[in-house]
Amino acid sequence: MIMTAAEAQTHCMTLDGVEVQFVEGETIYDVARRYHKDIPTLCYDERLEPFGGCRMCVVQVEGMRSPVASCTMPAAPDMVVQTQTHEIDSHRKTLLELLISENREVDVDPLRGYASQELATLVDAYDARTGRFEGGQSGATRDDDDNPFILRDYDLCISCYRCVRVCAEHEGDYAISIMNRGFATQITTEFNGLLKDSSCTFCGQCVQTCPTGALGDKKAMRHTDTPGEIEKTRTICPYCGVGCAVDLMTKGETIVGLQPAMDGPANEGALCVKGQFAYDFIQHPDRLKAPMVRGDDGELHETDWDTALDRAADGLKRVLEQHGRHSVYGVASGRAPCEAAYSMQKFIRAGFGTNYIDNCSRA
Amino acid sequence: MSNPLADMDKPTVIFCIGTNMTEAHPVAATRLKKAIANGAKLIVADPRRIGLADISDLYLPIRVGSDAALLLGMAHVIQREGLVNDVFMADRTTEGETFLEHVKQFTPEWAEGITGVPAADIEQAALWYAQAERGAIYYTLGITEHICGVDNVQSLCNLALMTGNIGREGTGINPMRGQNNIQGAGDMGALPNNYPGFQPVTDPKNQEKFEKAWGIKVDLEKGITKVTALDSCGDAIRAMIIDGENTVVTDPNRDHCEKALKSLDLLVVIDIFLTDTAKMADVVFPAAAWGEVDGTQTNTERRVQRLRKAIDPPGEAKPDWQILQMLAQRMGFQGFEHESAKDIFNEVCSLSPTYYGLDWDRIEHGEYQWPVPEKNHPGTPRLHEDGFINGRGIFKLINYRDPAEVIDDDYPVWLTTGRRLQAYHTRTQTGRSAGIDYLLPEEVLEVHPDDAAKWGLVDGEWAELASRRGKVEIKVRTTNRSPKGTVFASFSFADVPINALTGSGYDPVTQTAELKVCAVRVKPCKKGVL
Ligand code: SF4
Ligand code: SF4
Ligand code: FES
Repeated sequence: MIMTAAEAQTHCMTLDGVEVQFVEGETIYDVARRYHKDIPTLCYDERLEPFGGCRMCVVQVEGMRSPVASCTMPAAPDMVVQTQTHEIDSHRKTLLELLISENREVDVDPLRGYASQELATLVDAYDARTGRFEGGQSGATRDDDDNPFILRDYDLCISCYRCVRVCAEHEGDYAISIMNRGFATQITTEFNGLLKDSSCTFCGQCVQTCPTGALGDKKAMRHTDTPGEIEKTRTICPYCGVGCAVDLMTKGETIVGLQPAMDGPANEGALCVKGQFAYDFIQHPDRLKAPMVRGDDGELHETDWDTALDRAADGLKRVLEQHGRHSVYGVASGRAPCEAAYSMQKFIRAGFGTNYIDNCSRA
Repeated sequence: MSNPLADMDKPTVIFCIGTNMTEAHPVAATRLKKAIANGAKLIVADPRRIGLADISDLYLPIRVGSDAALLLGMAHVIQREGLVNDVFMADRTTEGETFLEHVKQFTPEWAEGITGVPAADIEQAALWYAQAERGAIYYTLGITEHICGVDNVQSLCNLALMTGNIGREGTGINPMRGQNNIQGAGDMGALPNNYPGFQPVTDPKNQEKFEKAWGIKVDLEKGITKVTALDSCGDAIRAMIIDGENTVVTDPNRDHCEKALKSLDLLVVIDIFLTDTAKMADVVFPAAAWGEVDGTQTNTERRVQRLRKAIDPPGEAKPDWQILQMLAQRMGFQGFEHESAKDIFNEVCSLSPTYYGLDWDRIEHGEYQWPVPEKNHPGTPRLHEDGFINGRGIFKLINYRDPAEVIDDDYPVWLTTGRRLQAYHTRTQTGRSAGIDYLLPEEVLEVHPDDAAKWGLVDGEWAELASRRGKVEIKVRTTNRSPKGTVFASFSFADVPINALTGSGYDPVTQTAELKVCAVRVKPCKKGVL
């Protein structure tokens, strides 16, 4: 049987001086989040198995000498936990100071990816731009990878391995892996080559989970200098029937990028290459901008709505008159919204009184 | 889908047939991979060694178009081994006894003769699926785009019914819908046999209901399908209005299709690009695209979600519904006074029993899966939990039929068609999105290396592919994904119009074209000979 939350055992523990309940299997971090505690994380992505690599999420547990990583530590009955103490704050600050000592840049454009601001936000919150450490640098940027979608700017990598884990655990693609250790750590592909020669499907999930912008959305980044604030509009991918929820990003009237909706009911943050990167067709110059009618010369010519509508209506009326209502046929789109399909079948049924209507699912 | 996408990581045995899920529905495939990581067994039946086959526990390389034989063989084994779920069959199904008698003749050895899959593997697949605590079936067009598409689907239903693998978490019969809103288009009644909400047009009660709503009596007879309509163009059918479909490229037998549309007195096309189909129109209306309109879209698990407008459409393009409304007004039709997509959606909800409990505001966050028969109803993520809509699950007696066209001396090679990860349909969209060409610059014909050697083909060079209906030139790629004797291509690229070759037959019930099978001959050629 699959266990539901209601069937699992509940216990009590103390969180920042308050007694709270939890169910077996929850980590301290899970419990704290439910109680709206603001524990910082870097290597955590709620869709992935807890990893415990960055230690930003440490908390104080009574009876334990050193702070513990809350994202991996299971909650236990009668545990007494402090999520914020002076000691913990300074521990987190030091961690951040160390991390950014490795990096060329901390502040990156938000167009790089969904999680790209996580490091910079924490650095500011903990006032960690002190330059206290001078670090060697891990990760070397792969400028040679000329794929049009994924920037591999590993100079900014902090080795949280979210990219590697999302690829393996969430996508099941295992395209990237970790090479070497310490300052020599490098995220790479099987033969240390280009992404397109690996099993990468360019779903972009690594880009969206990277907390530093080391992995960046190259397509969106073309709009770094486009003026305007980024606005996000929640909508649904226009391609297959899975129906992944996305946030379409615009600056003014320009589409600048797209990010997965982490709370999308069908996709829970996942996307494929089409949904992630094939959004800009709508701003292609080939778009039809005006109605067209066929002229006496046999060619299609642009015209105004009135002329085109009259031409279509007159044509339909003539056919109706000459050949009866069963001579007109409507085909609705499986691509357009429900309202379009509904309108088409109503046009035929309420207009001509026939059922001469179909959609393109047979092809 | 009978079950929600969220169920996809829960089966203990997964049976995928005729679905190249890692390419056509990639995000759904990621969920299946999780089930596998949790220990589920994966059975894959497909003529091609697709990506899913690589991660399967059992791969059944069936000959194209032989699905029904495989499924009959599996039913035989389940019956023979006494793995039938008697309680489920007694409580929830009918015609079971005749069915169990019927399948006695279809031994796995017989099925091996037709499918080419070893009988022992057919037995293994049947045992795993029947003994599964939770067995789930997934399929797509590989099952339906055949002359026997309905038989294939029915055969899958038979398997689920005889084992009780339906109506529970992690089970079910789950067709994955190909296009973003093909489910929605059906829900909306864009079908010759149903009003919105799958209310049969042949039922006088429904006729009355819609007469009241729209003020017009609609025929009590079913309409004709698009396939029949295309066949009657220039004859009984004189005018067509087509919204957002590149008919001449996606439909089989392009030549026939072009001739049909040309013979019309009037062709009106609504689209966002001047597609090959729009180029043939007398009037073309520019539609607002995705990202430019508000509306709703229903996914493969029957989830109704909101589409939102982010930018204005270019030039004078307008939402499809507005275009149709303006045209309706010019025609003097009543009932086309909508102010917004919201208005229309709410009208749909008032008329459709499956959407009745929904309204525009309720679907804000997309948490409802239909049917939602009344207000306050939580929606129905899983169908058939407490029973089947029509009472009992009915077993159907299926027999195997050969495809409409089988290979012979003149056309000795099977061609099967499908999708590729990086391209969508005729690439009117993906082809116009920056960067996609880097991943998929051109169409190729996938050929087994041994076949290539035998037929004098060279990887990267050109081949001429011919069927009884047409010819195309196409670049060759040798790959072990194609079985010997079968070649594969997609219909995504305009310069390689694969559907010039297909279209040998249709399912007699749904009139879905047999796009998955046709007989061809292949020979090397120099580019530009045709
Ligand atoms: S590239 Fe980004 S996600 Fe991957 S390990 Fe480095 S910082 Fe983490
Ligand atoms: S992102 Fe990919 S899987 Fe999701 S709806 Fe779009 S095309 Fe389908
Ligand atoms: S977030 Fe817990 S260790 Fe990184």
